[in-house]
Amino acid sequence: MIYDWLYSLTGSEMIAIGVQSLLPLYLFILPFALVAVLLERKVAAHMQDRLGPMRVGYHGLLQTIADILKLLQKEDTVAADIDKKFFDLSPLLVFAGSYAAFAAIPFSGAFMGSNIDLGIIYIVAVTGLVVAGILMGGWASNNKYSLLGAMRAAAQIISFEIPTLLIVVTVIMITGTMNLYTMSEWQTGYFWNWLILGGPDFGIAKILLTPLMLMAFLIIFLSTLAEVNRTPFDIPEAESEIVAGYHTEYSGMKFAIFFLAEYANMFAISAVVSALFFGGYQSPFGYLGNLLEIGWLIPIEQFFWFTAKGVFFVLVQMWLRWTLPRFRVDQLMSFCWKYLIPISFVLLLLVGLITVL
Amino acid sequence: MALKTEEMVLNMGPQHPSTHGVLRLELVIEGEIIKSVTPHIGYLHRCFEKHCEVMTYPQIIPYTDRMDYLASMCNEFGYVIAVERLMGIEVPERVEYIRVIMAELQRIASHLVAIGTYGADIGAFTPFLFCFRDREKILNLFEITCGARLLYNYIWIGGLMHDLHPDFIRLTKEFIKEFRPNLKELNDLLTFNQIFIDRTANVGILPAETAINYGITGPNLRASGVNWDLRINDPYSIYDRFDFKIPVGKGENGTVGDCWNRYYMRILEMEESLKIVEQAINQIPDGDVSSAIPKRVKPPAGQIYSRVENPRGELGYFIVSDGSVNPTRIKVRAPSFVNMVVFGELCKGHMVADVVAILGSIDIVLGEIDR
Repeated sequence: MIYDWLYSLTGSEMIAIGVQSLLPLYLFILPFALVAVLLERKVAAHMQDRLGPMRVGYHGLLQTIADILKLLQKEDTVAADIDKKFFDLSPLLVFAGSYAAFAAIPFSGAFMGSNIDLGIIYIVAVTGLVVAGILMGGWASNNKYSLLGAMRAAAQIISFEIPTLLIVVTVIMITGTMNLYTMSEWQTGYFWNWLILGGPDFGIAKILLTPLMLMAFLIIFLSTLAEVNRTPFDIPEAESEIVAGYHTEYSGMKFAIFFLAEYANMFAISAVVSALFFGGYQSPFGYLGNLLEIGWLIPIEQFFWFTAKGVFFVLVQMWLRWTLPRFRVDQLMSFCWKYLIPISFVLLLLVGLITVL
Repeated sequence: MALKTEEMVLNMGPQHPSTHGVLRLELVIEGEIIKSVTPHIGYLHRCFEKHCEVMTYPQIIPYTDRMDYLASMCNEFGYVIAVERLMGIEVPERVEYIRVIMAELQRIASHLVAIGTYGADIGAFTPFLFCFRDREKILNLFEITCGARLLYNYIWIGGLMHDLHPDFIRLTKEFIKEFRPNLKELNDLLTFNQIFIDRTANVGILPAETAINYGITGPNLRASGVNWDLRINDPYSIYDRFDFKIPVGKGENGTVGDCWNRYYMRILEMEESLKIVEQAINQIPDGDVSSAIPKRVKPPAGQIYSRVENPRGELGYFIVSDGSVNPTRIKVRAPSFVNMVVFGELCKGHMVADVVAILGSIDIVLGEIDR
């Protein structure tokens, strides 16, 4: 593990922990956000029969960097009569919530922020912090659109946490662990060992589990999508209705932090979904490192597969965003309470029966 | 014990992404439910009618362009017909054909904006750009015809600015060929999307009786199931020569007269307009387009009310002439203005998100409301 390596290198626990906790940010989230923002714009543009950013660098490659420079220079506009303390705290809290989730995500067999046994439960819990941040920002902004957006966000995120957790519990019943690292190791081998295809144990249970796991995957993907407010569930920031929702009043770097949190979230849900159902960092076809007998190649390959799976689901999210219209608040709620939650309860029961038998 | 709740006044616009221009809505809401809506208009008032009194008749044409700026050709068409009727001018066949082609192409362009922005209002951004891509082709056709892309001043009293570009017929045929599959793609992407239907069907239902009482016209009236189109019911120009149908709302996905029906009317009307353009382009005769243009436009004393079917409904011009070169009075019956009146009625009891859906489905243009 990276921690042990850092510890032996520096000889100090503090430095090792400090460096390790910053690694995902600098190694992963920031570069990913840079790429993903541009990717989103390019994907959208090509879906819409246009070119997207073309001026800054080759085919607009440097567009995001130019945007960040612009945001850094912008005046930090603060409206009158706002609650300054909470207004400033809100973007940090939102970002902290989505960043903290990365601590328990195994990027590869050798690199994982913190190998805690609660793993997945910790991720679901800590992303709950985002609701507080959003509500805080919406309330402190002293803007009616922000308030409406924050209220919508709170209702939506809390409702959709229920089906997410139910599916997580279903998965825990099969794997017998909450630790994402153990879960990924459990799905090792080839792609038919992934949980989406019933897990590594052959037999009747595998055949029975496969369709149930497909359903479970769909539900958790939709409900986590709703938790991070992406289209078709982007009701809290519905541009055509409530301008920009809870971040209407934010500008400059504070807005940029919200934006960064959104992209971090996009990857976080992709990572969780792939860790639960698609073998996490496991390669679908075995490793080149094993074939060539080079030990250090395997973690790098694992990192590659993890990123590839994550980016694949991020692309799916983009595809959905630029295709579908938006739900209405009440339709969203009835979708959650009338369809997703009952179905996940049934799944929980069925999977429970299968694992007991 | 019931929680004490308060009503909140939400000011929507004039700077808001989906008020289609500079409209201000004063919403009284309780939670997300609308209690009442008060539209405030006049942010784009340019004294069109008063201005007309100091100008000669041909000088007014560019000003009519600026009313419903998404359907400038149709505005000119209506005004020019009114003045020609007042003066008793017969225009050559070729002019009539070109005018109809322009008006119908403009109707398609205008409906494309209506549909595209409606998709954006509901949250689907991609159809918006698809619509604008197709509208661009129509604007290119107008550009080679008269040089302008939005405000044309092309249709003149007694004739046209000048004849068609030699390539116009070929390019229009190409456009029709390209546009039909695009329309199907749009239907697959947006019109029959289940989320879109959920958002728009059974929302903002306008019964036929209410529509007639409020004087609603155009696609909004036809979506309520009333078969009324001036191109058929009160034919002007040469519309009686073409074979086309008037689509009427049937409530395929909900109730007759809901938002989805109003939206769908525009899709169907584009198909009918394509048919008219196709027929007109195949029948167009040769001739001189400027032979009937009067040297001096000086209508005899009198008054006239003349109306045409604009993309947004019945556009009427009431002109009073005292026999001089300036009109004494011009009054415009703007379809958007009349259609807007029913808006408050439709919104009651719906949610904030529905206000946007209903407003988009009525398809107003503020340039025409405020004039």
